[in-house]
Order: sequence, then structure tokens, then C-alpha cells
Amino acid sequence: MKILFSFFTVVFLVLLVFAGATTGNKYVLFLFGVIIPYAAFATFLLGFIYRVVQWGRSPVPFRIPTTCGQQQSFPWIKQNKIENPSTTMGVIVRMALEVFLFRSLFRNLKTELRDGPKLSYGSDKWLWLAGLAFHWSFLIILIRHYRFFIGEVPSVIHLIESLDSFLQVGVPLVYITDAVILAAVTFLFLRRVYIPQVNYISLAADYFPLFLILGIAISGVLMRYFIKVHIVGVKELAMGLISLNFMAPAKNLQEIGVIFYIHLFLISVLFAYFPFSKLMHMGGVFLSPTRNLSNNSRMVRHINPWNYPVHVHTYEEYEEDFRDKMKAAGLPVEKE
Amino acid sequence: MATKLPKPDELAKIDFTPPETGWMDTPVEIKPGMFCWGAKAKNLRAVEFPNARDWSPAEEDWKLPGEWEGTVLEAMADRLSKYRSFKLFMDICVRCGACADKCHFFIGSGDPKNMPVLRAELMRSVYRKYFTTPGKVLGKLAGARELTYDVLKEWWYYFYQCTECRRCSVFCPYGIDTAEITMMGREFTNLLGLNTDWIAGPVANCYMKGNHLGLEPHTIKSSIEFFLDDIETVTGIKIEPTFNRKGAEILFVTPSGDLFADPGTYTAMGYLMLFHELGLDYTWSTYASEGGNFGYFTSNEMAKRLNSKIYAEAKRLGVKWIIGGECGHMWRVLNQYMDTWNGPADFLEVPKSPITGTVFENAKSTKMVHITEFTADLIKNGKLKLDPSRNDHLKVTYHDSCNTARGMGLLEEPRYVIKSVCNNFYEMPENTIREQTFCCGSGTGLNASENMDLRMKGGFPRANAVKYVRDKHGVNMLANICAIDRATLKASMEYWVPDVTVCGTHELVANALVMKGEKERTQDLRLETLPGKEGN
Repeated sequence: MKILFSFFTVVFLVLLVFAGATTGNKYVLFLFGVIIPYAAFATFLLGFIYRVVQWGRSPVPFRIPTTCGQQQSFPWIKQNKIENPSTTMGVIVRMALEVFLFRSLFRNLKTELRDGPKLSYGSDKWLWLAGLAFHWSFLIILIRHYRFFIGEVPSVIHLIESLDSFLQVGVPLVYITDAVILAAVTFLFLRRVYIPQVNYISLAADYFPLFLILGIAISGVLMRYFIKVHIVGVKELAMGLISLNFMAPAKNLQEIGVIFYIHLFLISVLFAYFPFSKLMHMGGVFLSPTRNLSNNSRMVRHINPWNYPVHVHTYEEYEEDFRDKMKAAGLPVEKE
Repeated sequence: MATKLPKPDELAKIDFTPPETGWMDTPVEIKPGMFCWGAKAKNLRAVEFPNARDWSPAEEDWKLPGEWEGTVLEAMADRLSKYRSFKLFMDICVRCGACADKCHFFIGSGDPKNMPVLRAELMRSVYRKYFTTPGKVLGKLAGARELTYDVLKEWWYYFYQCTECRRCSVFCPYGIDTAEITMMGREFTNLLGLNTDWIAGPVANCYMKGNHLGLEPHTIKSSIEFFLDDIETVTGIKIEPTFNRKGAEILFVTPSGDLFADPGTYTAMGYLMLFHELGLDYTWSTYASEGGNFGYFTSNEMAKRLNSKIYAEAKRLGVKWIIGGECGHMWRVLNQYMDTWNGPADFLEVPKSPITGTVFENAKSTKMVHITEFTADLIKNGKLKLDPSRNDHLKVTYHDSCNTARGMGLLEEPRYVIKSVCNNFYEMPENTIREQTFCCGSGTGLNASENMDLRMKGGFPRANAVKYVRDKHGVNMLANICAIDRATLKASMEYWVPDVTVCGTHELVANALVMKGEKERTQDLRLETLPGKEGN
């Protein structure tokens, strides 16, 4: 049900833009080619900032890193300065490993119960591998697209493109990341369906972005390798959009090709959807207090901005309650 | 006991198949053996907690206050604005499931609502309904649901089936820490008077009498004097500790469990012997007679109220610094909360060992040192005369407490101490120790007797790893640095791995400690005859 709902939502989105783009009506094309992308990007930008600011408004009252290694203690005990950092530099390295290499996910294990009873913990890196493959290929593809938004393509983009296509197969050359992202998203989808526990916890909000991204990747692949579009028109549109020249791209909209509008519309939906969804983990990971704090709370006092005085049971009250018993037991008291 | 506990073979038949119905459509079933009794009115009244009344989770009517939904939602809005962790962890989970089989309660029960991700979703679903636009508009489709009586019961049931051990947060790619969510779940349920008596009782005791067990000042003294007699029997040495003594250099605070029941008592004897041998200028306190903090299992405020006694007493007595005994959650609180709540402890001095001169730089603000740090430093500097062969009849493994491992990183100090006092030491498999250690199964105030089913299920992964080293190396002693472990692993070992005994680390230290003027040791601290000394 959740899967079908998400799937058909994406199908509906494709049909919607297909119906619109095939009319060839210049106003409709202007809507899908200019207005919606702008609106989506603005939603993304403002929404993203809004969400991060909202998180930032809640303070971090306590220093609660999850320590995953030896603390700083004596010079003769080796501290794990990355997994249990006590300095900012350590935190930066820890966060870099988390953000770029998914350090925590790399620890993943598969727990199995065997006869005996015996529990075993096998290494299980598939989720890590697929997650890493998906995110990195997505990023590289995104960077590659920069060529559409700039007159003279910078050499770094050329370099990325040639690395990405170093297998030298197909015409045009096949980008490795295109294959990788399709495979990774498919894997992530299949594990959601077939692993009973993961299936049980999955919401429509977990399937929808997968289908959406799959739609984006497929339409992109179709456009590059199979269904030709008017590439000059695409570039004019892209450069017009980025230079905030609203009218410039309008002249060739009709020649670009329907598949491009599908691609662009799905991307627009992804951008607009982003701030309202779990995809915000992209911003959130940087703010996670169990990862981005050093474990130095015995060395430096961490301040809680809303720390307030509480009602305590004082020693004086305690002694009032027990003075006679304390004296009888020979315990010192403040008041005889 | 609520129900008869099934045999280990039966309990180990765990069904991991999720139910046919979705989790939102599977109502909670409050099963006997899986929960603790409701808090008694008198214990809630003692600490001014709301809705004090006697109640039973087994009954339909939980005697909630009127407008309880409003109370919870208001508190939720308040905590969302106070804790970035809570707000963030409500928003960024992608439900990848990496945490699922990392939880000891899920591994031991197979109940999908014990997967950390789903435990959190119990709360997130309500958060979405009342605090997010997609949740308000799309409802169930967006994973949102209303806060109903049944949902509240489900919260209560599952937030008291989490020991805040943080193992899931080690594996989460965003560091989402279920402990943060469980803590909020417990804050909210506490606002409605929905605590358990096993937590509320110790909290009330600790508030009024200074310790969880409710030991009154004279009883603390006499309990310790009782240990002194045993120490004299074993060593021939008469020890005279002091209590509430002003002007001592060091205040010593340990969980009161060490004063009450075996094998914690042997650990307490270990502290007494070590400090005596060093001639340490220290004092016990009857007012700050609790290192642990069951308030931490109710609300942030209550935890702070109980914790305040340690610094207050240190100030009153005019000590220079503080040593803390062997306890798990105590040390998470001391490391990550105490200074923030009740500091700055500017009336104390940066801890410096009077024996070795070592300055404990890593505790220069809190001024509180873990006893295994203190002892490791002594051993490293050759200040203790040790005869580890006295522990040769033991094959020892070490259980990292969740909190000292994942909320502090105290990993090598206790190992160094144990290896210095024992010749036979074996590690459990690497995925079950250090930062990946498994909870004893009964932390966060779940160590009652009426919830044995839950405790043995939750204790299964830890026990299974002990069983592994028992079978492989003949391990017969499970050492730890936690008072709750000493109480709960004893039960869990008796159930799952019957021939393994449990001890605190300083029991091992004291057994190996060669004291000045001692008689020839023929017994250990348990008054059991040492091997080879039978004839004496």
C-alpha cells in the first residue's frame, strides 16, 4: 500500500508533466521549464535554511557525545582521538569520516541467532556500500550538471567527466555514476521490500524519494543515451535560469523535448519536497550532538542556557531528620 | 513474581517475524513479566511528583489526570525547544534499519517495537501529528497518529523496555540516540504519575535519606562496620574508616548497592582495604551516600536534584576532590551532566593523587575521579604490592558498562587494573565489548523482580557472549564496574550461564593486594578458602 501509493504518486507526476509538455503550449512549457524550477529551488533553499535554523534554536543543554573509543586519561593510555575526541580537531575528523565515509554505518553488523542458542555478529557492509555509492554518485552527477549552467566548462568538470567515463564504452561514453546510482537505488528499494524488519518500519515517506530519484535517474539516462533532446536549448534554459534572466530561455522551449521536462519536473519535485522530509538528514547530520561534540565535559564545564535552580533536600534538613540517630551512632553533626 | 519464568531453552526460541498487521494497527499488549509495578503514591509525594496515587499497569484504568493529552503535548513542545537532540532525532531518521538488530531487547524478544527505530517512531508518529505540517495534513500516510490512551500505554510499555544503553547510537549514521527519546518518554509519563515503583522508591529514598536503598546514617555506618569484621577475619587487619569527616582530603561516593547485597559488598570491602593500605585521607558521607542516580530515569530535574548532594557535601566537608566508585549510569551522569547541572565546583581543587602525585587533568573541572583511574595510576606507578596468583583460580572476563563505555570511554583503565591483579583474563567477542558492549538487560531502573521475563530477554546477548568465553576458555568470573551489573548479571548468569560468578573490579584488587601487616591469606573476601590453602 505504502509502496503503491508512492509509486503511483511518481507515475502521476510523470503523466502530469508529460501531458503538459506534449501540448507544446509555450505557457505550459514556461511553467514547467521556468516557474516550477524557480519555485522549487526557492522552496528548497528557504525551507532548508528554515529547518536548520529551527534546529539551531533549540540549545544543546548537555554534552552527550556517544563515545566509541578510549577516553583521554593518562599519557600511557592511548586515547582514541577520533572516536572519542576531546578536542575540536578530533571532532572535525570524526564528523568528516561520518559525512564523507559513513563511519558509523561501516560498523554495521548482522545479528543471527543459531542453535545452541548462539548469537553471532557477522560483518554486513552492504547497506554501507549501497548508501555510499548512492550518495557519492548523486553528488558527482550533480557536479557534472554544472556544465549546463556555465558558458565555458571549467577543466575540473572535464576531469570529473573523463574519470567518470574512463571505461570508454558506448556512444556517448557511459558514465559509471549513472549505472551506480541506478543499481544503488534499486538495492535500497529492494532491501526495504525484502528485509522483513526494514519493510515493517518503512513509511510512504521512505519509498517516495526512492521512486522519485529513480525517476530522475532513469529520465536522465534515457535523455543521454537513448532519446535525444535539443541540447543547445537545454543549455540556454539552464544558463537563463541561473543568470535570473527569466525571458531568455523562453525562445527554444518547444524544441527541447518532452523527456527533458519530465527530468526537470521530477528534480523540481525533489527539491521542493526536500525540506519537508527525512531528506533533511543532509543538514541534520552536522548538528547531531552525539557526534559533533568533544568528550571533555570533565575538563571544561558545559553550559546549559536554561539551567534553573531546583528544589533540593539540604544537608541541614537531612540532619534535622536524623540528628539523634547520627549522634547515637557517633557520627559528627553540625548542630548538637 | 508475576508469571513463572520460562526455561532458558524456551526463552531462547525467539520469533523475529513481524506481525501481519502494521505497527500502528497492532495495539499494545501489556504482558506480565515484561513490566514493573506502578509507583506508589507515597514515593511520588516524597519528591512532589504529579498525580500521586496507587495504580497498576495491569489494570485497564491507569487513573490519569484530566487533560492529560494537553499536559503531554505541552511538555513535548517545551522539550523540543530545550533539547536539540530531541528535535533533531524526531526529524532526521531515514529508517535505514541499521539499529534494528543492535538492541538487546529486540535480539532477546523479537518484538519489532523493541527495534530502536520503531521505539522512536512510537514517539515520532505523535510528534508528526501535532508538530509537523505533513503530519497534520496527511495523517497516517505521513506516519502520523493521534495521542490516544492506547498510544500512551504503548509509550509507557516500551519506554520502560529500553535501558538507554546507547548501543543503537553507535551504529546510527546520524548518531540518533534512542536514550534521548526514551528519556523524553519517561519525562512525559512522569508528568502523568506513570512511573514504576522500582524507580520511584529509590528516588524518594535517595532524596530523603541520601541513597537509593534508604539506608539511614547509622545503618550505613553499621553496614560498613560489618564489612570491617569480615576484612579483619580475612587479613587480620582492623580498618577504621571515617564518616562525614570535615577536613578530609577526599570524599568518596559510591552506589549504595555496594553496601547492601552480594557481590557488591565485596567490592565495597575492596575500596576499604585499598584506601586503608594507602593511608588515604578520605571520608564516606551518609548524606551523599549514593553515586547512582535513579532520578535520571524519571526526569532531568529530578536527576539534578539528587545529584546536587555530591557537590553540596564536598563543599560542606571542605574536601579537595572526589573519588567515585564503580557504577555505570553514575558515571555517565558525572561525566556528561553533573558539572553542567550543579557546577562549577570552584571550591574544589584539581584532583591530584596524594600517593603518586599524578594530576588528573581529564577531571580538572568536575574534580571527580573514577576509582579505576585512581587505581590504574597507583599500579602503573608501582605503589601497590600485588599478588595476582591469589586470583589464579579465576578465569576472568570483563563486561563494559554501557555508560562508562559509550558515555565516557573508560575502556582501558579497568582492563589494566584487572590484568594487573589477575593472571587469567579473556575478552568476550569484539562485537560485544567496549563501545559495542551489551547491556546487562536491566539498567535504567528495570532491575526489579516482577519483570524477569524482560530482564532475561534483554540480558540474553550479554549472557550469550559470556557463555562463549566460558565454553572456549573456561571463564568462571565476570568482572564489571557497575553496581547494577553486580546485582543483575548475577541473576542473568544464574539463568543463562549458571557456573559463572559476578564480581566488582575492586574485589579482585583487594584479593590480590598484599597489605602491610596482614596475616597469610587463606580466604578470599567471600570467606571462601583459597585453593591450596585448604589445610590451614
